[in-house]
Amino acid sequence: MTHFFNVFGIWLGAAFTFAIFSFLYKDNPFYKVAEQIFVGLSAGYWFIYTIFNILIPNLFLPLSTDFAANWIKLIPAFLGVLMLMRLVPNAEWMSRYPIALLIGTTSGLAFLRYLKSDVINQITATMINPFVGNNWVTVVGQILLVVGTITGVIYFYFSKKHEGAFGVSAKIGIYFLMVSFGAAFGYTAMARVSLLIGRLQFLLGDWLGIISP
Amino acid sequence: MKRRIPLTITLIVGLIVICSEFIPHRPFSQISSELEVWFMIISGFAILLGQLNLIKTNVLKIQYKQRNWPYFVITLASFFLMVGTGALWGSQQNAGLLGHGTAISSAIGSKPFDYLFNNVYQNLQATMFSLLAFFIASAAYRAFIARTTESILLLAAAILVMLGNTSLGTLLTGWLPDSLSFLHLPKVSEFIMKYPTTAGQRAIMIGAGLGIIGSSLRIILGIERSYLGGD
Amino acid sequence: MAAKTLDRRWIFLFLFIGVALPLIFVIGLPIETTENVRAVYQMVEDTPAGSTVLISFDYDPASKPELHPMGRALLQHCFEKDLKVVITALWPMGVMMANDILDDLQPSYPNKVYGQDYVNMGFKAGGMVTIQAMGKHFKGIYTTDSNGTPVENIPMMKHIDNFENIAFVISLSAGAPGVKEWVQVAGDTYGRQVSSGVTGVSVSSVMPYVNEQKQLTGLLAGLKGAAEYEYLIGHPGTATSGMDAQSLAHLIIIIFIIIGNITYWRNKKKQKKEV
Repeated sequence: MTHFFNVFGIWLGAAFTFAIFSFLYKDNPFYKVAEQIFVGLSAGYWFIYTIFNILIPNLFLPLSTDFAANWIKLIPAFLGVLMLMRLVPNAEWMSRYPIALLIGTTSGLAFLRYLKSDVINQITATMINPFVGNNWVTVVGQILLVVGTITGVIYFYFSKKHEGAFGVSAKIGIYFLMVSFGAAFGYTAMARVSLLIGRLQFLLGDWLGIISP
Repeated sequence: MKRRIPLTITLIVGLIVICSEFIPHRPFSQISSELEVWFMIISGFAILLGQLNLIKTNVLKIQYKQRNWPYFVITLASFFLMVGTGALWGSQQNAGLLGHGTAISSAIGSKPFDYLFNNVYQNLQATMFSLLAFFIASAAYRAFIARTTESILLLAAAILVMLGNTSLGTLLTGWLPDSLSFLHLPKVSEFIMKYPTTAGQRAIMIGAGLGIIGSSLRIILGIERSYLGGD
Repeated sequence: MAAKTLDRRWIFLFLFIGVALPLIFVIGLPIETTENVRAVYQMVEDTPAGSTVLISFDYDPASKPELHPMGRALLQHCFEKDLKVVITALWPMGVMMANDILDDLQPSYPNKVYGQDYVNMGFKAGGMVTIQAMGKHFKGIYTTDSNGTPVENIPMMKHIDNFENIAFVISLSAGAPGVKEWVQVAGDTYGRQVSSGVTGVSVSSVMPYVNEQKQLTGLLAGLKGAAEYEYLIGHPGTATSGMDAQSLAHLIIIIFIIIGNITYWRNKKKQKKEV
């Protein structure tokens, strides 16, 4: 019985794989059905895992096992219920309270973390002596790194018209951005192809058994 | 009250979080720690809200017989199937309302929820995203044209990175002598990533970082209120 | 224009065949390791046996072909170095992804005991804020593991109070929340060594963190990064076997780019002549 369901599962997977691939030919009912099943199962998974991994261990268990020590958790529970009021047409405004708490916490933390990691540390990482290096390739690279970062930031400064020396710097900045977008495209192509490889490894390996998985 | 209290909550909470960074003592540290746990619990409810909203939207579409409405019946059926199997027999080592469902699990090899995830959901999602491989190849053919200096740079970087990131790149220039090893394609790709790409992305990171810092301050101070919605 | 009239389904077919053939007829092209992958490998190598490390599975099946081999190779390496592994997930499906690898590895590492050598703590929502809370009081966030076992009953978690008890953090990240949040909080705020394996799509945006300040210690970039890591630990897996197909697919895309350009310029010349 178990063997049957194992094989059936693989065939089910292969059938749904082809149902999605059929979109490459043209949109069709098989694809649409598969797409909707995907949406439904995904939402169902999130629902169950949120309950099993968050609400039960972090809310229901503490409240049910030691209420006296955890009564304060009733506040986020109440705010959570207010969040669900968004579904009730005339009580939608109540969800603003939990949203305000989420937004306030995120904003406060984002302010601190982005300032340090994405601004100060990035500026410090750029302020290197580019002429110190083991070989000329490193030196050239480090010069490019410093020039590219500064000119790139200049390009994003839109409060001053891009003309004269400022305009030239901004133009150099665009060139660096283009190289980085090109590299990003190269890596994106790699990523997408990897996903196709994964699918074909499933079809040729698990399903057809032509290659060893 | 509908707007002023939420704005006050945002201001107080935001300031507490910032203050606790510089004054890591009571009461700020304690309140901030508690807020972080609350945040996670409320986020859990927010996720549930998303799923419940999906049900509501789909029910409305079916009720008003919108175009392609039978497909939305399938969405709802799949959702309830996943939630039902998860709630009744649980997932992996977590028990459901009816326990672990030993009989059904031994018959099909795993819990029904896990069976659906492994055999249906995984394949659907992986295939859905693998479609992008075909579209990126098609887009490369149609849109990746070297018209200007900028597009030539973009194209050259993309091709060098693509070649350098495969075994083919290693094979193509592996024969180069040590003195020319900097032209070896994997090294060229590494160089592009380490220097010019990092420079460009760092400029974006600094710019975006400054933007987020500005937005955060505007939200905390109540200047930016769009997250509260209308009225 | 020819470039626009060519039915794109021909491109799809070429790519499909180009990826399928090298999977069936393996060529075995060489794999060369890069500095960033060696840095991750060295970080694991240099960690004393018995240390506790944290690997966060921040991805879902959409990124499985790229990140799963990384997770597998990293867990193998950690097990072989006798490191204790705490698994977390900022994405709900990361829990299943981690369990999938653990189930697969169990027969090869029969002496590794759940709860003593490794533990799957499960999914928590909240991204950056939740990591911040873990840094202050780990057990305040993780009151149970993913199976529902109370954290007090898990032997290897007894001495874990915050990030000070963790040697390093690795995020297998497919987007947000993921590596960015781990760098910002566990790395830059709590001073932990952070490394990552990311999908090809995110590589460029994460690269600025790989700097002299070691915001990130090395980086595994996409399928190639996974294949390099498999090569370094001497356990070739699905990433290695996929590299031939990757090479041919890239070549096909490059050929299409070249054809697209030639067609465009030829048509432009023709149009000019006609004018």
